[in-house]
Amino acid sequence: MNINAIREQFPILHQEINGHPLVYLDSAASSQKPRSVIDAVRNYYELDHANVHRGVHSLGSRATDAYEGAREKVAAFINAPAPEQIVFTRGTTTALNLVASSYARAVCREGDEIVITQMEHHSNLIPWQQVAKATGATLKFIPLQPDGTISLADAEATITPQTKVVSITYVSNVLGCVNPIKQLAEIAHRNGAIIVVDGAQSTPHMKVDVQELDVDFYAFSGHKMCGPTGIGALYGRRSLLEAMEPIEYGGEMIDFVELYDSTWKDIPYRFEGGTPIIAGAVGLGAAIEFLEQIGMDTIDEHAKHLTKYAYDVLSNIDGLTIYGPKQDRVGLVTFNIDDVHPHDVATVLDTKGIAIRAGHHCCQPLMRWLNVSATARASFYIYNTTDEIDQLADALIQTKEFFGYGIE
Amino acid sequence: MELNDLYRRVIMDHYKNPRNRGELTQDSVTIALNNPTCGDRISLQLQLEGDVITDARFTGEGCSISMSSASMMTEAVKGRSYAEALDLAERFSSLMQGQDVEFEELEDIEALSGVNKFPARIKCATLAWNALKKGIEPQQSK
Repeated sequence: MNINAIREQFPILHQEINGHPLVYLDSAASSQKPRSVIDAVRNYYELDHANVHRGVHSLGSRATDAYEGAREKVAAFINAPAPEQIVFTRGTTTALNLVASSYARAVCREGDEIVITQMEHHSNLIPWQQVAKATGATLKFIPLQPDGTISLADAEATITPQTKVVSITYVSNVLGCVNPIKQLAEIAHRNGAIIVVDGAQSTPHMKVDVQELDVDFYAFSGHKMCGPTGIGALYGRRSLLEAMEPIEYGGEMIDFVELYDSTWKDIPYRFEGGTPIIAGAVGLGAAIEFLEQIGMDTIDEHAKHLTKYAYDVLSNIDGLTIYGPKQDRVGLVTFNIDDVHPHDVATVLDTKGIAIRAGHHCCQPLMRWLNVSATARASFYIYNTTDEIDQLADALIQTKEFFGYGIE
Repeated sequence: MELNDLYRRVIMDHYKNPRNRGELTQDSVTIALNNPTCGDRISLQLQLEGDVITDARFTGEGCSISMSSASMMTEAVKGRSYAEALDLAERFSSLMQGQDVEFEELEDIEALSGVNKFPARIKCATLAWNALKKGIEPQQSK
């Protein structure tokens, strides 16, 4: 893959930050956008915008075609059986909340179990805490191994015939590990439970096939995979989506409305109350086209190559601790430097033009499990190079020296 | 942006050798505050007699800026009346907005003036001062 040709397509990368060329290593928080996505959003507003599914006029038809065309692209991208099994949402958080608030609250009773892990992002933890509180179901956690991964034996022991929902991230946004979704789906189904997958970190980097994985719900965000912010998607098994009640009511989602009662449209529209994020969906469609032009296999390989390179280079720095497994990591390396707080690391790196994330990464329970209050995280995408990782390593060594001796 | 503007020697000294770190044993007011966006947290204890802060201690976790600021703040407010302490908090807030503020004998605090050039870090510096305000303001209305 021609990395320079790819970088050329991302206007934002070609600037200086604090007197240094930008080194953007925070794509796990949000990726940058290629020209084709920016143009698609602009062209939509300049040429095709109107409200969708309403007007009889030509622009209304063009906007509807653009929006539904994006849905078809999303469905094909994750190999969903049909476009109507894709619900557009604001992002992964909204998608997971939809499953929790609609599906799980209707299904869970006292004595039932919801199984997750301690590596979950807050958005795949708190919705389930709330379901458990509202329904009397018990929230259970598949324990973590010393390297932060989960074992299938522990999954077998935690998921029981009382389990109604298993919800787990495909790739951890802190540990970078890839969870065995296909095997977990098999265990969940054997116990009569459904499986929900947080695909926020996996979808940008890996070929995802929801039918091959045999998952019931799959949630992801556009903005981490070259798309705009404010758009994401929920894939759902048809029979489950069809049985689910909407959680937002209003325009767009109704069939017949009477004074005291109303009926809903078919899926997916019953879950898309109000004027949807049309331009966002168009941008997401363009992002999918962009990624598919490069090829998801190529992107996957590049992410693994950069991550392994970063792991090796960073683990050679004295006093630097990397969290999570050494093998099978995707897209990121989370670390701390002895005696230097990650905010201070991030500030020093920022003065050198290097953008990394510092904090708890919306994973406070995982931070407690790691016995740290916060960590630094460098994350990679298609436009990053090994040279940028070398710059990161040099800057981290300088950070150590600065905090060790260099203070004036 | 110069790093030495931010990480002045006096700041690193307060970070590595914090003053008033620990807990008060006598009756005191405890204020726990955290910064949910970054995970920094402080537990501030104030011993109050009449309208005077007679002692102050803190525990917590955070970056060099938040912890050094807590160290300096506890040093600064000991022995001060509520009104004086709140006035200091007000002046610190102005300092963080880039205004030229004098702290007279409390010159350590002025070392934090460089933080205003790092907007993402201002909330680190103000955490301890916000805890102070949260502790004092209800006392004033008593």
